[in-house]
Amino acid sequence: MTTATTAPPAVPPHLRFLEEVSDATAGESRLEMCIQCGSCGGSCPPAADMDHSPRHLFAMIRAGMRDEALRSNTPWICVSCYHCVTRCPQEVRITDVMYTLKSMAIHAKLYEDSTAPDFSGTFVDMVEKYGRSFEFGLATRHYLKHFPLHLPSMASMGLGMLTKKRIKMKPKKIRQMKQLRAILDRAKGLEDHHG
Amino acid sequence: MAEYLLYPGCSMDSSARAYQQSLEAIAGPLGMTLTEVDDWNCCGATEYLGISTTPAYALIARNLAIAAAHANGPRTLLAPCSACYLNLAKADHGMAEEPRLNANVNEALAAGNLHYEPGSVDIRHLLDVMVHEIGLDDVKAKVTRPLTGLRVAPYLGCMVPRPDYHKRWSDPEHPTELDRLLKALGAEVIDFPLKTHCCGGHMTQIGPDTAYELIRRLLQAADQFKADVIATLCPMCQLNLDAYQGATNKHFGADFEIPILFFTQLVGLAFGFEAKELGFGSEMVKANHALKRIGVEPPPPTEEEERTKRRRRPRKDSKSLPMPRLSGERGAIDD
Repeated sequence: MTTATTAPPAVPPHLRFLEEVSDATAGESRLEMCIQCGSCGGSCPPAADMDHSPRHLFAMIRAGMRDEALRSNTPWICVSCYHCVTRCPQEVRITDVMYTLKSMAIHAKLYEDSTAPDFSGTFVDMVEKYGRSFEFGLATRHYLKHFPLHLPSMASMGLGMLTKKRIKMKPKKIRQMKQLRAILDRAKGLEDHHG
Repeated sequence: MAEYLLYPGCSMDSSARAYQQSLEAIAGPLGMTLTEVDDWNCCGATEYLGISTTPAYALIARNLAIAAAHANGPRTLLAPCSACYLNLAKADHGMAEEPRLNANVNEALAAGNLHYEPGSVDIRHLLDVMVHEIGLDDVKAKVTRPLTGLRVAPYLGCMVPRPDYHKRWSDPEHPTELDRLLKALGAEVIDFPLKTHCCGGHMTQIGPDTAYELIRRLLQAADQFKADVIATLCPMCQLNLDAYQGATNKHFGADFEIPILFFTQLVGLAFGFEAKELGFGSEMVKANHALKRIGVEPPPPTEEEERTKRRRRPRKDSKSLPMPRLSGERGAIDD
């Protein structure tokens, strides 16, 4: 709410989406510097599976197409490889902008057709419960829920990993779980102020 | 001996235990003393940052605060996992650059009686330390079993050379550090064009088809260069290329069979360690062929592996009637 007072009054409300995304991004996003050159999409390994290339998505953000941008699968297909970031002539923090769009989409409940938010959510739940990630619980829960038909073909791989002692059946918990929870709880409270 | 604070990360004692084991083996000869960060927590991988910013950074910063507080401890915080390395570096860099983030994260840390001043630990990846701090001359001096004739694809993946906040690598897309290290071990290093391309990351979980395509590109490129093995420096890359190689083959009707090893395992072999001391045998795509190539005895199969092998039904000879056979007879046990 506090951000509303700092916005220049001349800008029509729908065009403030760019500002909103930029403001919610950790550090300086430089998103407004995008020159639509397309280096990002051309460098992106999984671009073929995105409904909008990063360049296209940034144009949509600039045009204030809030719902369409937050419904895009692009941030969820992003693999955080930073290829585009090192190639972008305007040094736009593309990976961080993608993180921002993901969390905005989760808050607005606008993502579609992706199991990714659920995967991230499960991962975070485990970390908040144990302080460590727990691959076995995470993968099993995710596959059971979203890809039950893939499970039989995954079973032999899982068994192999198990006999090679590469999967732990029980999660490890850190000692100072109370401290970590206190930190995360306060952090979440701070997030709500400008979120 | 140089002292390092070690942030192992969650994979090191499970899916990447070969990385942990081989690192422990070579640390001594390399003159490294490793002290684990006390009660460290998960770095959040690439998941937490996509949920909410301040908690994600606070999660990472708890580790930085504990590392910085190690009394009279070393300043170098060593991360062998690429995602952990990047997250630690990202939080440190973000807090230094953005006062609002720094204030928020420290306010959150205060709830756990912690504080972190950005820049108070030097966050480095294991490869960076080996090449730039220990140095290739020292590495070379310890080589007793050169990896002569072993063709290796040097694969760094994305999160170590990029975004490279402290400009430590020779290039963000085609760095040569891993190539030079492997050459110092006597290996034949291929000029791997996809050395910093993505392994698919978490897409093996959330969008397998996207991941299989990225994995295929890497395997195919290594195969075209006739690499015997791919050397990785990241638990996620190793897991995706190794454990999902079978699924990728199935998806594309391909038959790649390329062992994916941690670079520390190759360092250990060159230093004269036995395969079993370096975690060999835990890879899903067996490295036995590659080991024999350099005259190393592959580790014997584990008890569990023997048991699951025996439980398999004998393959029938297509020309004969199904008859009981004695163990040891040709065709009796699937080998």
